Amino acid sequence: MTTQHEIDAAIAKAATGGGAHHPARDYPPYRSSALRHPKQSLVPVVDPEAVELTGPVFGVTDVTELDRDLTLGHHGEPHGQRITVSGRVLDRAGRPVRGQLVEIWQANAAGRYAHHLDQHPAPLDPNFTGFGRCRTDDDGAYAFTTIRPGAYPWRNHVNAWRPAHIHFSLFGTAFAQRMVTQMYFPGDPLFPYDPVLQSVTDQSARDQLVAEYVHDLSTPEWSLGYRWDVVLDGPSATLFEDGDR
Amino acid sequence: MTLPPTPAQTVGPFYGYALPFYGGDEIVPATHPEAITVHGYVFDGAGAPVPDALVETWQADQHGSLAGAPGSLRHDPVTSTVIGRDGVRFTGFGRVPTDADGHWALHTLPPGAHRPGATPYLAVAVFARGLLHHLHTRIYLSEHADALAADLPALAADRRATLLATLERDRLYRFDIRLQGEGETVFFDFQ
Ligand SMILES: [Fe+3]
Repeated sequence: MTTQHEIDAAIAKAATGGGAHHPARDYPPYRSSALRHPKQSLVPVVDPEAVELTGPVFGVTDVTELDRDLTLGHHGEPHGQRITVSGRVLDRAGRPVRGQLVEIWQANAAGRYAHHLDQHPAPLDPNFTGFGRCRTDDDGAYAFTTIRPGAYPWRNHVNAWRPAHIHFSLFGTAFAQRMVTQMYFPGDPLFPYDPVLQSVTDQSARDQLVAEYVHDLSTPEWSLGYRWDVVLDGPSATLFEDGDR
Repeated sequence: MTLPPTPAQTVGPFYGYALPFYGGDEIVPATHPEAITVHGYVFDGAGAPVPDALVETWQADQHGSLAGAPGSLRHDPVTSTVIGRDGVRFTGFGRVPTDADGHWALHTLPPGAHRPGATPYLAVAVFARGLLHHLHTRIYLSEHADALAADLPALAADRRATLLATLERDRLYRFDIRLQGEGETVFFDFQ
């Protein structure tokens, strides 16, 4: 059985000191990556086709205003600390990504997912499923109301715990901007032990995955406010095209 | 000035109650007279099927239009449950999780040429537990094999073949995705 100590050593060994924005797909401390990363180099496409420079569109038929509040839709209130998470989705030129789909999913306050393969002995919450979606507005802004998820154990190694996080799925105007990532909470003591977060070896890039607590976004007697902006990567053509389509 | 991108992270094992949606695999109804079915397995480097992968596709309609349409996730106005597409508008977007045996299938229309002379294909994004950053590939239908060879001459023939969906029978195409090892699928980096 792999120990945390061995994983710590592997994390230290894989730490490049920076430069790369995205995690390497081959990252030994995250043991599941071993057989699931290509060994051939990606084939570069310097001039992507229109197929990759366009993408699916979403509209009022796809999302209701209520879908952004994960505390609704059940008979009662979920357990846990109510929070709001909001921010802007931007492209690398800093332009707002408008009218695009943002989807989130997360564990409940006890660190349990409403997924039958998550069998760790923490209670399911009958008033929380942990899935929401919204569309970005004209400013590229999104907002969710939810509860703060708990940390949870996983079987990467003995005593492996994921820091609390919310999974995010985002679309840009180009399919090549597609993004799936995770948002973390500031100051979590589990950060250094987590191979998924540490797979981003550049400290400033890693910091981009951590939301900021913003007191002015907290609502009196109601919720704590976090802000998290997302910058979608994409081919250089997405820097020059007109952001609207 | 460019902003540094937010890093990718794995989709993890528990997206299944969140991302897949009713009708995600039916870009057109399977019963549509012109529908094709594209199906296959996702395999890891040991040749084992990957039961927790998610395959997304985006494509032009039969006439080559990439305008798409909203409504992939159309919901019931009373319950807010996703009830799928309206069967009329072609959204061009598919999303299908792999089964317990690593299999996926989707029903769509053959894409048209998105510009005069272009070789049509389905753009694909692959997500999986264990995959820290998703991968992009393309599905070319086997009848476009020669055009694909002309488009990507630098690619060895055996590698190029991983981008071809082979015809198993009328309107049924097979496209396996091998994340690693022998027959590894060609994945692209769009610069
Ligand atoms: Fe998670």
